Amino acid sequence: MLPVEMAVNGERRRGVVEPRLTLADYLREHCALTGTHLGCEHGVCGACTVLLDGEAVRACLMFAVQAEGGDVTTIEGLGGPDGALSTVQDAFREEHGLQCGFCTPGFVVSVTALLRENPQPTEIEIREALSGNLCRCTGYQGIISAVERAAGAAQ
Amino acid sequence: MKPAPFEYHAPETVEDACGLLAEYGDEAKVLAGGQSLVPMLALRLTRFEHLVDVNRVGELGGFARENGTLVVQAATRQRVMEREALVAAAAPLLARATPLIGHFQIRNRGTVGGSLAHADPASEYPAVAVALGAELELARRGGARRRVAADDFFVGTWTTTAEPDELLVAARFPVWPERSGFAIEEVARRHGDFALAGVACAVSAGRAGIALFGVGSTPIRARAAEEAWVAGAAPDEVAEAAVRELDPPTDVHATASTRVRIARHLVERAVVRAQEELRAAG
Ligand SMILES: Cc1cc2nc3c(=O)[nH]c(=O)nc-3n(C[C@H](O)[C@H](O)[C@H](O)COP(=O)(O)OP(=O)(O)OC[C@H]3O[C@@H](n4cnc5c(N)ncnc54)[C@H](O)[C@@H]3O)c2cc1C
Ligand code: FES
Ligand code: FES
Repeated sequence: MLPVEMAVNGERRRGVVEPRLTLADYLREHCALTGTHLGCEHGVCGACTVLLDGEAVRACLMFAVQAEGGDVTTIEGLGGPDGALSTVQDAFREEHGLQCGFCTPGFVVSVTALLRENPQPTEIEIREALSGNLCRCTGYQGIISAVERAAGAAQ
Repeated sequence: MKPAPFEYHAPETVEDACGLLAEYGDEAKVLAGGQSLVPMLALRLTRFEHLVDVNRVGELGGFARENGTLVVQAATRQRVMEREALVAAAAPLLARATPLIGHFQIRNRGTVGGSLAHADPASEYPAVAVALGAELELARRGGARRRVAADDFFVGTWTTTAEPDELLVAARFPVWPERSGFAIEEVARRHGDFALAGVACAVSAGRAGIALFGVGSTPIRARAAEEAWVAGAAPDEVAEAAVRELDPPTDVHATASTRVRIARHLVERAVVRAQEELRAAG
Protein backbone atom coordinates (compact mmCIF):
# COMPACT_ATOMS: atom_id res chain seq x y z
CA MET A 1 0.00 0.00 0.00
CA LEU A 2 1.26 3.46 -0.87
CA PRO A 3 0.25 6.92 0.30
CA VAL A 4 -1.00 9.27 -2.38
CA GLU A 5 -1.94 12.92 -2.33
CA MET A 6 -3.51 14.97 -5.10
CA ALA A 7 -5.98 17.79 -5.64
CA VAL A 8 -9.39 16.67 -6.86
CA ASN A 9 -11.73 19.43 -7.99
CA GLY A 10 -9.67 21.88 -5.96
CA GLU A 11 -9.77 19.84 -2.75
CA ARG A 12 -6.68 18.12 -1.26
CA ARG A 13 -7.20 14.38 -1.08
CA ARG A 14 -4.98 11.98 0.80
CA GLY A 15 -5.29 8.24 0.55
CA VAL A 16 -3.47 4.98 0.97
CA VAL A 17 -3.89 2.71 -2.02
CA GLU A 18 -2.71 -0.42 -3.74
CA PRO A 19 -0.46 0.51 -6.67
CA ARG A 20 -2.75 -1.34 -9.07
CA LEU A 21 -5.74 0.86 -8.19
CA THR A 22 -6.53 2.95 -11.25
CA LEU A 23 -7.16 6.67 -10.94
CA ALA A 24 -10.74 6.00 -12.09
CA ASP A 25 -11.36 3.52 -9.27
CA TYR A 26 -9.71 5.88 -6.79
CA LEU A 27 -12.03 8.71 -7.80
CA ARG A 28 -15.13 6.52 -7.72
CA GLU A 29 -14.45 4.42 -4.64
CA HIS A 30 -12.16 6.49 -2.44
CA CYS A 31 -13.43 9.97 -3.30
CA ALA A 32 -17.06 8.90 -3.91
CA LEU A 33 -17.01 10.83 -7.18
CA THR A 34 -19.00 8.42 -9.28
CA GLY A 35 -19.50 10.84 -12.16
CA THR A 36 -16.35 9.41 -13.75
CA HIS A 37 -17.76 6.35 -15.51
CA LEU A 38 -16.04 3.13 -16.49
CA GLY A 39 -17.05 1.45 -19.73
CA CYS A 40 -14.27 -0.58 -21.24
CA GLU A 41 -11.41 -0.09 -18.74
CA HIS A 42 -8.86 -0.35 -21.52
CA GLY A 43 -8.74 3.05 -23.11
CA VAL A 44 -11.25 2.76 -25.94
CA CYS A 45 -14.60 4.24 -24.85
CA GLY A 46 -13.57 7.51 -23.19
CA ALA A 47 -16.23 7.35 -20.44
CA CYS A 48 -13.52 7.74 -17.76
CA THR A 49 -11.95 10.91 -19.20
CA VAL A 50 -10.81 13.45 -16.58
CA LEU A 51 -8.51 16.45 -16.64
CA LEU A 52 -5.06 15.94 -15.15
CA ASP A 53 -3.18 19.23 -14.82
CA GLY A 54 -5.62 20.62 -17.39
CA GLU A 55 -5.15 17.90 -20.03
CA ALA A 56 -7.82 15.30 -20.87
CA VAL A 57 -6.64 11.79 -20.03
CA ARG A 58 -8.07 8.30 -19.55
CA ALA A 59 -8.50 7.71 -15.82
CA CYS A 60 -8.67 3.95 -16.48
CA LEU A 61 -5.15 3.95 -17.97
CA MET A 62 -3.39 5.60 -15.02
CA PHE A 63 -2.73 4.31 -11.57
CA ALA A 64 -3.80 6.56 -8.72
CA VAL A 65 -0.22 6.61 -7.41
CA GLN A 66 0.87 8.20 -10.69
CA ALA A 67 -1.34 11.22 -10.02
CA GLU A 68 0.70 12.02 -6.89
CA GLY A 69 1.00 15.80 -6.62
CA GLY A 70 -1.33 16.28 -9.59
CA ASP A 71 -4.43 18.38 -10.08
CA VAL A 72 -7.44 16.33 -11.18
CA THR A 73 -10.76 17.71 -12.40
CA THR A 74 -13.72 15.38 -12.81
CA ILE A 75 -17.18 16.05 -14.21
CA GLU A 76 -18.24 17.04 -10.67
CA GLY A 77 -15.70 19.88 -10.77
CA LEU A 78 -16.85 21.52 -14.00
CA GLY A 79 -20.09 23.17 -12.85
CA GLY A 80 -20.36 26.20 -10.58
CA PRO A 81 -20.15 25.80 -6.77
CA ASP A 82 -23.90 26.42 -6.58
CA GLY A 83 -24.56 23.54 -8.95
CA ALA A 84 -24.91 25.76 -12.02
CA LEU A 85 -24.13 23.95 -15.26
CA SER A 86 -20.97 24.85 -17.19
CA THR A 87 -21.36 26.26 -20.69
CA VAL A 88 -20.60 22.85 -22.16
CA GLN A 89 -23.04 21.03 -19.86
CA ASP A 90 -25.75 23.52 -20.65
CA ALA A 91 -25.17 23.12 -24.39
CA PHE A 92 -25.46 19.32 -24.07
CA ARG A 93 -28.82 19.77 -22.37
CA GLU A 94 -30.08 22.30 -24.90
CA GLU A 95 -29.06 20.19 -27.91
CA HIS A 96 -30.13 16.80 -26.53
CA GLY A 97 -26.49 15.72 -26.54
CA LEU A 98 -27.32 12.94 -24.09
CA GLN A 99 -29.86 10.21 -23.57
CA CYS A 100 -28.88 7.58 -21.00
CA GLY A 101 -25.97 9.76 -19.86
CA PHE A 102 -23.43 6.99 -19.44
CA CYS A 103 -20.95 8.45 -21.90
CA THR A 104 -21.74 12.06 -21.04
CA PRO A 105 -19.14 12.83 -18.35
CA GLY A 106 -16.37 11.69 -20.68
CA PHE A 107 -17.75 13.75 -23.55
CA VAL A 108 -18.21 16.86 -21.43
CA VAL A 109 -14.68 16.65 -20.02
CA SER A 110 -13.18 16.02 -23.49
CA VAL A 111 -15.16 18.89 -25.04
CA THR A 112 -14.14 21.20 -22.20
CA ALA A 113 -10.47 20.43 -22.95
CA LEU A 114 -11.03 20.78 -26.70
CA LEU A 115 -12.64 24.23 -26.43
CA ARG A 116 -9.95 25.53 -24.09
CA GLU A 117 -7.31 24.71 -26.69
CA ASN A 118 -9.36 25.43 -29.78
CA PRO A 119 -12.28 27.76 -28.93
CA GLN A 120 -13.69 27.80 -32.48
CA PRO A 121 -13.25 24.30 -33.89
CA THR A 122 -14.53 23.41 -37.34
CA GLU A 123 -16.98 20.54 -37.68
CA ILE A 124 -14.17 18.26 -38.85
CA GLU A 125 -12.06 19.23 -35.85
CA ILE A 126 -14.99 18.52 -33.55
CA ARG A 127 -15.54 15.09 -35.07
CA GLU A 128 -11.85 14.22 -34.84
CA ALA A 129 -11.63 15.41 -31.25
CA LEU A 130 -14.67 13.33 -30.29
CA SER A 131 -13.40 10.17 -32.00
CA GLY A 132 -12.06 9.01 -28.65
CA ASN A 133 -15.47 8.95 -26.97
CA LEU A 134 -18.14 6.38 -27.75
CA CYS A 135 -21.88 6.93 -27.36
CA ARG A 136 -24.40 4.15 -27.90
CA CYS A 137 -27.53 6.31 -27.74
CA THR A 138 -27.45 9.68 -29.41
CA GLY A 139 -26.05 9.00 -32.86
CA TYR A 140 -23.59 11.84 -32.12
CA GLN A 141 -25.44 14.58 -34.03
CA GLY A 142 -26.78 16.17 -30.86
CA ILE A 143 -23.32 16.05 -29.36
CA ILE A 144 -21.76 17.79 -32.36
CA SER A 145 -24.47 20.47 -32.16
CA ALA A 146 -23.79 20.87 -28.45
CA VAL A 147 -20.11 21.52 -29.10
CA GLU A 148 -21.01 24.08 -31.76
CA ARG A 149 -23.44 25.76 -29.39
CA ALA A 150 -20.90 25.82 -26.55
CA ALA A 151 -18.26 27.30 -28.88
CA GLY A 152 -20.75 29.94 -30.02
CA ALA A 153 -21.82 30.76 -26.46
CA ALA A 154 -18.22 31.28 -25.38
CA GLN A 155 -17.57 33.69 -28.23
CA MET B 1 -9.12 -3.01 -10.01
CA LYS B 2 -8.26 -5.32 -12.84
CA PRO B 3 -4.48 -5.71 -13.16
CA ALA B 4 -2.69 -8.28 -11.01
CA PRO B 5 -0.73 -6.84 -8.05
CA PHE B 6 2.72 -5.38 -8.67
CA GLU B 7 5.32 -3.41 -6.82
CA TYR B 8 5.50 0.20 -7.99
CA HIS B 9 8.78 2.08 -8.43
CA ALA B 10 9.08 5.73 -9.39
CA PRO B 11 12.77 6.49 -9.95
CA GLU B 12 13.86 10.05 -10.68
CA THR B 13 17.02 9.41 -12.69
CA VAL B 14 17.94 7.27 -15.68
CA GLU B 15 20.57 5.54 -13.58
CA ASP B 16 18.06 4.58 -10.88
CA ALA B 17 15.58 3.35 -13.49
CA CYS B 18 18.30 1.24 -15.15
CA GLY B 19 19.34 -0.05 -11.72
CA LEU B 20 15.81 -1.32 -11.07
CA LEU B 21 15.65 -2.98 -14.50
CA ALA B 22 19.00 -4.66 -13.89
CA GLU B 23 17.94 -5.82 -10.44
CA TYR B 24 14.55 -7.29 -11.41
CA GLY B 25 15.27 -8.41 -14.99
CA ASP B 26 12.35 -10.18 -16.64
CA GLU B 27 10.08 -9.46 -13.67
CA ALA B 28 10.18 -5.72 -14.30
CA LYS B 29 8.59 -3.59 -16.99
CA VAL B 30 8.92 0.08 -17.80
CA LEU B 31 5.69 2.09 -17.40
CA ALA B 32 5.71 5.19 -19.60
CA GLY B 33 2.42 6.68 -20.86
CA GLY B 34 0.66 3.44 -19.98
CA GLN B 35 -1.57 3.68 -23.06
CA SER B 36 -0.50 0.24 -24.30
CA LEU B 37 0.84 -1.39 -21.16
CA VAL B 38 -2.09 -0.64 -18.83
CA PRO B 39 -4.73 -2.10 -21.20
CA MET B 40 -2.59 -5.24 -21.47
CA LEU B 41 -2.35 -5.43 -17.69
CA ALA B 42 -6.08 -4.75 -17.30
CA LEU B 43 -6.94 -7.54 -19.74
CA ARG B 44 -4.37 -9.71 -17.96
CA LEU B 45 -2.64 -10.41 -21.23
CA THR B 46 0.52 -9.88 -19.26
CA ARG B 47 1.71 -9.33 -15.69
CA PHE B 48 4.87 -8.13 -14.02
CA GLU B 49 6.05 -8.19 -10.44
CA HIS B 50 7.57 -4.72 -10.76
CA LEU B 51 6.60 -1.66 -12.73
CA VAL B 52 9.24 1.02 -13.18
CA ASP B 53 7.38 4.27 -13.82
CA VAL B 54 9.62 6.65 -15.78
CA ASN B 55 7.23 9.62 -15.68
CA ARG B 56 9.22 11.27 -12.89
CA VAL B 57 12.59 10.94 -14.61
CA GLY B 58 13.17 14.58 -15.58
CA GLU B 59 16.02 13.77 -18.01
CA LEU B 60 13.63 11.67 -20.10
CA GLY B 61 11.34 14.59 -21.00
CA GLY B 62 11.98 17.16 -23.71
CA PHE B 63 13.53 17.50 -27.13
CA ALA B 64 16.29 19.54 -28.76
CA ARG B 65 17.84 20.09 -32.13
CA GLU B 66 21.52 19.19 -31.97
CA ASN B 67 23.21 20.11 -35.24
CA GLY B 68 21.68 17.76 -37.79
CA THR B 69 19.58 15.72 -35.38
CA LEU B 70 16.28 16.15 -33.55
CA VAL B 71 16.78 14.36 -30.25
CA VAL B 72 13.52 13.44 -28.53
CA GLN B 73 13.81 12.12 -24.98
CA ALA B 74 11.90 8.87 -24.58
CA ALA B 75 9.22 9.97 -22.10
CA THR B 76 8.24 13.08 -24.06
CA ARG B 77 4.46 13.04 -24.61
CA GLN B 78 3.27 12.39 -28.14
CA ARG B 79 1.10 15.50 -27.87
CA VAL B 80 4.24 17.65 -27.72
CA MET B 81 5.22 16.42 -31.19
CA GLU B 82 2.09 17.92 -32.76
CA ARG B 83 2.23 21.19 -30.84
CA GLU B 84 5.82 22.36 -31.18
CA ALA B 85 6.96 24.39 -34.18
CA LEU B 86 10.54 23.22 -33.67
CA VAL B 87 9.49 19.60 -34.18
CA ALA B 88 7.45 20.47 -37.28
CA ALA B 89 10.48 22.28 -38.72
CA ALA B 90 13.12 19.65 -37.89
CA ALA B 91 11.10 16.50 -38.52
CA PRO B 92 7.88 17.31 -40.42
CA LEU B 93 7.06 13.63 -40.82
CA LEU B 94 7.10 13.08 -37.05
CA ALA B 95 4.80 16.05 -36.49
CA ARG B 96 2.38 14.97 -39.21
CA ALA B 97 2.26 11.35 -38.05
CA THR B 98 1.24 12.31 -34.52
CA PRO B 99 -2.43 13.28 -35.02
CA LEU B 100 -2.97 9.85 -36.59
CA ILE B 101 -2.16 8.15 -33.28
CA GLY B 102 -5.32 7.23 -31.38
CA HIS B 103 -7.13 10.23 -29.90
CA PHE B 104 -5.89 13.40 -28.25
CA GLN B 105 -6.57 11.98 -24.79
CA ILE B 106 -4.27 9.06 -25.65
CA ARG B 107 -1.53 11.33 -27.00
CA ASN B 108 -1.70 13.49 -23.87
CA ARG B 109 -0.25 10.54 -21.93
CA GLY B 110 1.38 8.33 -24.58
CA THR B 111 5.09 8.90 -25.06
CA VAL B 112 7.34 8.87 -28.12
CA GLY B 113 9.64 6.27 -26.59
CA GLY B 114 6.72 4.16 -25.42
CA SER B 115 5.36 3.85 -28.93
CA LEU B 116 8.79 2.94 -30.31
CA ALA B 117 9.60 0.46 -27.52
CA HIS B 118 6.14 -1.11 -27.75
CA ALA B 119 6.79 -1.79 -31.46
CA ASP B 120 3.26 -2.43 -32.59
CA PRO B 121 3.55 -3.21 -36.31
CA ALA B 122 0.55 -0.97 -37.09
CA SER B 123 2.03 2.02 -35.23
CA GLU B 124 3.02 5.22 -37.00
CA TYR B 125 6.21 6.19 -35.11
CA PRO B 126 8.22 3.03 -35.81
CA ALA B 127 7.59 3.52 -39.55
CA VAL B 128 8.53 7.19 -39.30
CA ALA B 129 11.75 6.24 -37.52
CA VAL B 130 12.63 3.71 -40.23
CA ALA B 131 11.73 6.04 -43.13
CA LEU B 132 13.82 8.90 -41.75
CA GLY B 133 16.77 6.73 -40.71
CA ALA B 134 16.46 7.43 -36.97
CA GLU B 135 18.56 5.90 -34.21
CA LEU B 136 17.36 4.69 -30.84
CA GLU B 137 19.54 5.29 -27.81
CA LEU B 138 19.48 2.67 -25.04
CA ALA B 139 20.93 2.90 -21.54
CA ARG B 140 21.99 0.28 -19.01
CA ARG B 141 22.99 0.37 -15.37
CA GLY B 142 26.45 1.88 -14.90
CA GLY B 143 26.00 4.51 -17.61
CA ALA B 144 26.60 2.28 -20.64
CA ARG B 145 24.83 3.61 -23.73
CA ARG B 146 24.39 2.22 -27.21
CA ARG B 147 22.65 3.39 -30.34
CA VAL B 148 20.68 1.14 -32.65
CA ALA B 149 19.51 2.09 -36.15
CA ALA B 150 15.71 1.93 -36.43
CA ASP B 151 16.26 -0.56 -39.26
CA ASP B 152 17.78 -3.00 -36.77
CA PHE B 153 15.56 -2.20 -33.77
CA PHE B 154 12.21 -3.70 -34.77
CA VAL B 155 12.37 -7.48 -35.03
CA GLY B 156 8.77 -8.68 -34.61
CA THR B 157 5.33 -7.86 -33.26
CA TRP B 158 5.90 -6.04 -29.95
CA THR B 159 9.53 -7.15 -30.10
CA THR B 160 12.70 -5.08 -30.38
CA THR B 161 16.39 -5.72 -29.95
CA ALA B 162 16.34 -3.86 -26.61
CA GLU B 163 17.24 -6.17 -23.72
CA PRO B 164 14.95 -6.36 -20.65
CA ASP B 165 17.51 -4.42 -18.60
CA GLU B 166 17.84 -1.65 -21.19
CA LEU B 167 15.95 1.62 -21.03
CA LEU B 168 15.16 3.50 -24.22
CA VAL B 169 16.34 7.01 -23.41
CA ALA B 170 16.01 8.91 -26.69
CA ALA B 171 15.06 8.73 -30.33
CA ARG B 172 17.40 10.59 -32.67
CA PHE B 173 15.76 11.75 -35.91
CA PRO B 174 18.14 13.07 -38.56
CA VAL B 175 17.07 16.46 -39.91
CA TRP B 176 16.62 15.99 -43.66
CA PRO B 177 17.81 18.69 -46.08
CA GLU B 178 15.85 21.92 -46.50
CA ARG B 179 14.75 20.64 -49.90
CA SER B 180 12.85 17.50 -49.02
CA GLY B 181 9.32 16.19 -49.29
CA PHE B 182 7.44 14.06 -46.75
CA ALA B 183 4.13 12.25 -46.58
CA ILE B 184 2.31 9.83 -44.34
CA GLU B 185 -0.85 8.08 -45.47
CA GLU B 186 -2.98 5.44 -43.79
CA VAL B 187 -6.36 3.77 -43.91
CA ALA B 188 -8.10 2.95 -40.64
CA ARG B 189 -11.69 1.86 -40.02
CA ARG B 190 -12.38 4.94 -37.90
CA HIS B 191 -10.32 7.97 -37.00
CA GLY B 192 -7.95 6.93 -34.23
CA ASP B 193 -8.03 3.21 -34.91
CA PHE B 194 -4.84 1.37 -35.66
CA ALA B 195 -4.16 1.44 -39.41
CA LEU B 196 -5.13 -1.44 -41.70
CA ALA B 197 -2.18 -0.31 -43.79
CA GLY B 198 -0.06 2.80 -43.98
CA VAL B 199 3.13 4.30 -45.32
CA ALA B 200 5.58 6.98 -44.23
CA CYS B 201 7.96 8.40 -46.79
CA ALA B 202 10.62 11.03 -47.30
CA VAL B 203 12.50 12.21 -50.37
CA SER B 204 15.33 14.62 -51.14
CA ALA B 205 17.91 14.92 -53.91
CA GLY B 206 19.39 11.43 -54.40
CA ARG B 207 17.73 9.92 -51.35
CA ALA B 208 14.39 8.36 -50.44
CA GLY B 209 12.98 6.56 -47.40
CA ILE B 210 9.82 4.46 -47.48
CA ALA B 211 8.43 2.42 -44.59
CA LEU B 212 5.10 0.60 -44.55
CA PHE B 213 3.12 -0.21 -41.42
CA GLY B 214 0.22 -2.52 -40.60
CA VAL B 215 1.27 -4.97 -43.28
CA GLY B 216 3.74 -7.24 -41.49
CA SER B 217 5.14 -8.03 -38.07
CA THR B 218 7.41 -4.95 -38.11
CA PRO B 219 7.54 -1.67 -40.01
CA ILE B 220 8.74 -2.68 -43.48
CA ARG B 221 11.41 -0.73 -45.27
CA ALA B 222 10.76 -0.80 -49.01
CA ARG B 223 14.33 -0.67 -50.30
CA ALA B 224 13.65 -1.64 -53.90
CA ALA B 225 10.98 1.05 -54.08
CA GLU B 226 13.35 3.63 -52.58
CA GLU B 227 15.91 2.80 -55.26
CA ALA B 228 13.32 2.99 -58.01
CA TRP B 229 12.15 6.36 -56.71
CA VAL B 230 15.67 7.79 -56.60
CA ALA B 231 16.26 6.46 -60.12
CA GLY B 232 13.24 8.46 -61.31
CA ALA B 233 10.52 5.81 -61.54
CA ALA B 234 6.90 6.98 -61.73
CA PRO B 235 4.80 6.84 -58.51
CA ASP B 236 2.83 3.78 -59.62
CA GLU B 237 6.07 1.92 -60.35
CA VAL B 238 7.44 2.88 -56.95
CA ALA B 239 4.20 1.64 -55.38
CA GLU B 240 4.37 -1.63 -57.31
CA ALA B 241 7.94 -2.20 -56.10
CA ALA B 242 6.95 -1.39 -52.51
CA VAL B 243 4.25 -4.06 -52.28
CA ARG B 244 5.83 -6.77 -54.45
CA GLU B 245 7.13 -8.83 -51.56
CA LEU B 246 4.57 -7.97 -48.92
CA ASP B 247 2.99 -10.80 -46.98
CA PRO B 248 0.52 -9.05 -44.68
CA PRO B 249 -1.73 -10.74 -42.11
CA THR B 250 -5.38 -11.60 -42.68
CA ASP B 251 -7.63 -10.82 -39.71
CA VAL B 252 -11.19 -9.72 -38.96
CA HIS B 253 -10.40 -6.22 -40.19
CA ALA B 254 -9.01 -7.01 -43.64
CA THR B 255 -7.67 -9.85 -45.74
CA ALA B 256 -4.05 -9.95 -46.86
CA SER B 257 -4.92 -9.07 -50.43
CA THR B 258 -7.05 -6.11 -49.35
CA ARG B 259 -4.14 -4.84 -47.30
CA VAL B 260 -1.77 -5.13 -50.26
CA ARG B 261 -4.16 -3.22 -52.51
CA ILE B 262 -4.63 -0.51 -49.91
CA ALA B 263 -0.88 -0.30 -49.34
CA ARG B 264 -0.18 0.01 -53.06
CA HIS B 265 -2.64 2.84 -53.38
CA LEU B 266 -1.30 4.62 -50.31
CA VAL B 267 2.32 4.39 -51.45
CA GLU B 268 1.42 5.88 -54.79
CA ARG B 269 -0.46 8.73 -53.15
CA ALA B 270 2.30 9.37 -50.61
CA VAL B 271 4.99 9.39 -53.28
CA VAL B 272 3.01 11.89 -55.35
CA ARG B 273 2.51 14.15 -52.31
CA ALA B 274 6.13 13.99 -51.17
CA GLN B 275 7.32 14.60 -54.70
CA GLU B 276 5.08 17.67 -54.98
CA GLU B 277 6.41 19.01 -51.72
CA LEU B 278 9.98 18.47 -52.85
CA ARG B 279 9.26 20.34 -56.07
CA ALA B 280 7.61 23.21 -54.20
CA ALA B 281 10.73 23.46 -52.00
CA GLY B 282 12.66 24.43 -55.12
C1 LIG C 1 -7.64 3.69 -27.74
C2 LIG C 1 -6.19 3.66 -28.16
C3 LIG C 1 -5.86 3.89 -29.48
C4 LIG C 1 -4.52 3.87 -29.90
N1 LIG C 1 -4.25 4.10 -31.21
C5 LIG C 1 -2.96 4.09 -31.62
C6 LIG C 1 -2.62 4.33 -32.98
O1 LIG C 1 -3.48 4.57 -33.84
N2 LIG C 1 -1.31 4.31 -33.34
C7 LIG C 1 -0.33 4.06 -32.41
O2 LIG C 1 0.85 4.07 -32.77
N3 LIG C 1 -0.61 3.83 -31.14
C8 LIG C 1 -1.90 3.84 -30.71
N4 LIG C 1 -2.16 3.60 -29.40
C9 LIG C 1 -1.04 3.28 -28.48
C10 LIG C 1 -0.38 4.53 -27.96
O3 LIG C 1 0.30 5.22 -28.99
C11 LIG C 1 0.62 4.22 -26.85
O4 LIG C 1 0.81 5.44 -26.20
C12 LIG C 1 1.97 3.71 -27.26
O5 LIG C 1 1.88 2.57 -28.05
C13 LIG C 1 2.79 3.30 -26.04
O6 LIG C 1 3.34 4.41 -25.44
P1 LIG C 1 3.22 4.65 -23.89
O7 LIG C 1 4.10 5.79 -23.57
O8 LIG C 1 1.81 4.78 -23.53
O9 LIG C 1 3.91 3.35 -23.30
P2 LIG C 1 3.46 2.26 -22.24
O10 LIG C 1 2.10 1.78 -22.51
O11 LIG C 1 3.75 2.77 -20.88
O12 LIG C 1 4.51 1.12 -22.58
C14 LIG C 1 4.41 0.34 -23.76
C15 LIG C 1 5.55 -0.66 -23.81
O13 LIG C 1 6.79 -0.02 -24.06
C16 LIG C 1 7.71 -0.24 -22.99
N5 LIG C 1 8.42 1.03 -22.77
C17 LIG C 1 7.85 2.26 -22.68
N6 LIG C 1 8.80 3.21 -22.53
C18 LIG C 1 10.00 2.56 -22.52
C19 LIG C 1 11.35 2.99 -22.41
N7 LIG C 1 11.67 4.28 -22.26
N8 LIG C 1 12.33 2.05 -22.44
C20 LIG C 1 12.03 0.74 -22.61
N9 LIG C 1 10.77 0.27 -22.72
C21 LIG C 1 9.76 1.17 -22.67
C22 LIG C 1 6.85 -0.66 -21.82
O14 LIG C 1 7.60 -1.43 -20.92
C23 LIG C 1 5.75 -1.42 -22.50
O15 LIG C 1 6.17 -2.71 -22.81
C24 LIG C 1 -3.49 3.61 -28.94
C25 LIG C 1 -3.81 3.39 -27.62
C26 LIG C 1 -5.15 3.40 -27.21
C27 LIG C 1 -5.47 3.14 -25.76
S1 FES D 1 -13.25 3.15 -19.26
FE1 FES D 1 -11.48 4.32 -19.72
S2 FES D 1 -11.60 4.48 -21.85
FE2 FES D 1 -13.24 3.12 -21.44
S1 FES E 1 -26.07 8.93 -24.02
FE1 FES E 1 -26.15 6.79 -23.72
S2 FES E 1 -24.14 6.18 -24.29
FE2 FES E 1 -24.16 8.25 -24.84
